Amino acid sequence: MITIIGTWIAAFFTLAIFSFLYKDNPFYKFAEHLLVGISVGYGIGLIWHNAFIGYVWIPIINNHQYIYIIPTLIGLLYLGFLHKKTIWLIRIPISISLGIGTGFGVPLIFQTYIFTQLRETLTVFNHPGMGFWAIVSTALLVIGVFTAIIYFFFSWKHKGTVGVLAKIGIYFLMIGFGASFGLTVMGRISLLIGRFLFLFKDWLHLIG
Amino acid sequence: MKRTIPLVLVFTLGVIYFFAGFFSNSFSVNFLQQEIYANWLKIVGTFAIIMSVTSLWRRNYIKIKRKAPGYVYNYIELIGMVVMASFAVLLPKVNIGAGMVLGGIEKNSVFNWIFMNIQVPMQATMFSMLAFYIASAAYRAFRARNIEATLLLITAAIVMIGRVPLGENIYQAMSGVNSHFLPEFHWAGIFDFQGITQWILDIPNTASKRAIVFGVAMGGIATSLKIVFGIEKSWLGGTE
Repeated sequence: MITIIGTWIAAFFTLAIFSFLYKDNPFYKFAEHLLVGISVGYGIGLIWHNAFIGYVWIPIINNHQYIYIIPTLIGLLYLGFLHKKTIWLIRIPISISLGIGTGFGVPLIFQTYIFTQLRETLTVFNHPGMGFWAIVSTALLVIGVFTAIIYFFFSWKHKGTVGVLAKIGIYFLMIGFGASFGLTVMGRISLLIGRFLFLFKDWLHLIG
Repeated sequence: MKRTIPLVLVFTLGVIYFFAGFFSNSFSVNFLQQEIYANWLKIVGTFAIIMSVTSLWRRNYIKIKRKAPGYVYNYIELIGMVVMASFAVLLPKVNIGAGMVLGGIEKNSVFNWIFMNIQVPMQATMFSMLAFYIASAAYRAFRARNIEATLLLITAAIVMIGRVPLGENIYQAMSGVNSHFLPEFHWAGIFDFQGITQWILDIPNTASKRAIVFGVAMGGIATSLKIVFGIEKSWLGGTE
């Protein structure tokens, strides 16, 4: 019974959201606002159980690890948000998170997004037994990376050789954007098929 | 003081944590990286939800108080939030029949039932609706006006065909195709949309994404350093 009620409610909200394709209407607005409210409530529930209980309540109250009172007090400074005179206090937890995040992030970004990517780009030929087509593809990959980087390099005017390389870079970028577009469309279509399958199979039982 | 203390904190912690990753001693690994970075920051971040909830509550409350057009929907938003949060936080975990419990966030809880039967279908439908708008926008904007636009158009078309069974069907239908011209050449391979799609994703797509990632990484590093050295202060907000 509870499953049937759930299916009917899900079908109602699915149709309420789809009704926007006709025009903005009260059913859509109802569903939209409910979705925002429920999403925030869901976030509160998850943070309460997974973060607050797990990292604050259990360590401090059950395990007597009082050291965790310090980050708790720092976190409570967010409550300064509630009054104009104390609103500046929220800068303290933000600055701590930001300082640690940015300081720790810089070497990580270098390591993950620059050194590793560069290594993967420059050492691709270092595989014995590569066939002709693999060599061509690999060469294209290297050319694509460097020409696309040149397109983003604005210290030189895009004229002459630099202009030609930047132009090739644009072609690679366009192929990349086309692929991303195609994948996005297919992802959305998959979701759409999923919703229609739900409506016609799970709800109306029109298809087996 | 209101601006100096946060700036000093960002600088000090930024410099300490920049070097923390280079050391493998117990203080750096166990305290700075494990305790502070992994545990303390999670605790501090937990309380950030206070801001988002208060902000949402205030925005809706003001609209309801002013009886702004459509203020009834603001009630819906608040009720949704309060009900969902109550099931997770306030209500006890008592059995209510049909194998479900009232409180908590377990798989058989009311909280999870609302999530699965209201939130998930609505979110999936919201995202799926974008298919209509993308198709509509593509119909109006996609024109093979120059080489760049043509490349984008052709790539998108190949990837779309290569990701559905139609691509495989075309390849199967064409598998017997042969020609007297270059008889050794595997002509059906031209219609191997799945293979071509994979090649596009592996080679030109990877190349372009990698170049973009370099740019993003450089931007991220520059912004991080500007924040640490107090050049970028917009995160402080306000003027006081």
